[in-house]
Amino acid sequence: MASVAGALMSLQADFTNALLAPDSACPKGLFSSNGADPASRFAVYRNNVHSSLINALAAAYPVTLQLVGDEFFRATAGVYVQDLPPTSPLISEYGSTFSDFIQGFEPAASVPYLADIARLERLRVRAYHAADVQPLEPHAVLRHLQSPTDLGQLRLQLHPSLATLSSTYAIVAVWAAHQNAANWDPWHPESALVLRHGLAVKVFAIDSGSVAFINSLNQGTGLETAVEHALEASAEFDLNHCLRLLISHDAITHLHTEQKVSPCAHPLRA
Amino acid sequence: MMTLSPQHTVSPAQVPGLPLRAGLGLKNEHFIEVLETFPDIGFFEVHAENYMVAGGPFHHYLGLIREQYPLSLHGVGLSIGGEGPLNREHLARLAALIERYQPHSFSEHLAWSSHGPVFLNDLLPLAYDAATLQRVCEHIDQVQNTLKRPMLLENPSTYLQFQHSTLDETDFISQIIRRTGCGLLLDVNNVYVSCINHQRDPLAYIDALPLFAVGEIHLAGFAEDTDSLGDRLLIDDHGAPIDNEVWQLYEQVLTRVGPVPTLIERDNQVPAFRVLQAEAQQAEWHLSQVRS
Repeated sequence: MASVAGALMSLQADFTNALLAPDSACPKGLFSSNGADPASRFAVYRNNVHSSLINALAAAYPVTLQLVGDEFFRATAGVYVQDLPPTSPLISEYGSTFSDFIQGFEPAASVPYLADIARLERLRVRAYHAADVQPLEPHAVLRHLQSPTDLGQLRLQLHPSLATLSSTYAIVAVWAAHQNAANWDPWHPESALVLRHGLAVKVFAIDSGSVAFINSLNQGTGLETAVEHALEASAEFDLNHCLRLLISHDAITHLHTEQKVSPCAHPLRA
Repeated sequence: MMTLSPQHTVSPAQVPGLPLRAGLGLKNEHFIEVLETFPDIGFFEVHAENYMVAGGPFHHYLGLIREQYPLSLHGVGLSIGGEGPLNREHLARLAALIERYQPHSFSEHLAWSSHGPVFLNDLLPLAYDAATLQRVCEHIDQVQNTLKRPMLLENPSTYLQFQHSTLDETDFISQIIRRTGCGLLLDVNNVYVSCINHQRDPLAYIDALPLFAVGEIHLAGFAEDTDSLGDRLLIDDHGAPIDNEVWQLYEQVLTRVGPVPTLIERDNQVPAFRVLQAEAQQAEWHLSQVRS
């Protein structure tokens, strides 16, 4: 990028480029008071930047790491850090594009479900830090659902931590197997529901009907249409079972009958 | 099960400064132990950026711990020494966090960590010249005006020096403090690390600082490496117990400034809580020696 006409590239631009460059070039204008090669000391900054960011990714993607091993993970994360360094001081948000990067990362192609596991792990981090919204009491939800008036038009607002992820691989089975060192078979499609229940982030395998139902609710669709979408996705969709899952995990935060619910509103508690 | 963040009972009225005691960096690994055992710790310090999230366990636990302990908020991402303008969005997040938790102290670093759109997640060194001094002072003025409170500025640990520099680090810091009225967070480990790395006398460095402005002390451990000449190169990694040399330097500082809130920092290889508590007790003992 051009700086002020005639001026040298700024000191910090120089420093930044050298920190992120794949070789260990050292910016000009630096010295060590004992006369040591400044590059041998600049390496400390380089290492701090790279290892702290790789460690942040390792902490956010523990199963992704286990699937490929520490060395491969760190090498992959290292390339990612160089290509896509953070653009925010909020390191909890760093790596939101890591799964897309893995998807296109040739050396990782032999583990085709790796990117979806990374997507699942991202949703878990997102759920962990999502806004606190008071859930409705289960009996309040049930009372509404049992009153026949306008039931089809009822809109259910779900907790901001909640998200679904559908994969051609058994992502929930793979993820769960790495929580207790069990065996796993990745070779069948599976969908995940991620949500925070109380302080704990949970992952469930759900059927395609439930995915369609939950995604419809999240888009502000009324109950009747959401059920239609669910049944289109799977004739076996079990509304009772899906609602029970949501209610028992405090995932329903609002019920509305009017039309004006925005899909991603995160209402704040007064 | 209701698990919303606790309603904070801290009043937004004037919060006093940190107590003249030893505090600990609060690690999420220790949230539950702290709440279950309520250890006798003078205060806790957290990195502001870790709590710039919408909700969830971090706010839940910090809210509960804040109800029981004084709190110091320590920023690591404001890039006060950055060539570009301060990130206003980040400053607004900081103001919101301060409003929410009413910390007894806010501190940041004499360093930069962002350039253009890139955040480098490290505390990077500055050239000490007039232009940088002007810029850092403007940034600190902006922070203090936005947050409506004075901040403490932490002296850096560095591994290199800039040919550009026209001022000593201690002169640079003294002028910032004189011009902005901010306080000094004296990181004794950083003093030791930098002085070994740059062949300076740590005590002479300390004596050249505006010690009247010290509002907090940091103590931490370092890692050791060597440079191209095979000379000791100390790395401020917050991953080890506090070195004896740093304890001795701390003692010297206390004889000069009297008791000051003192934080034990450990951010890597975090040990059991009682290990950190033992270091806090050691600092408390040193503090008791200079209490009149």
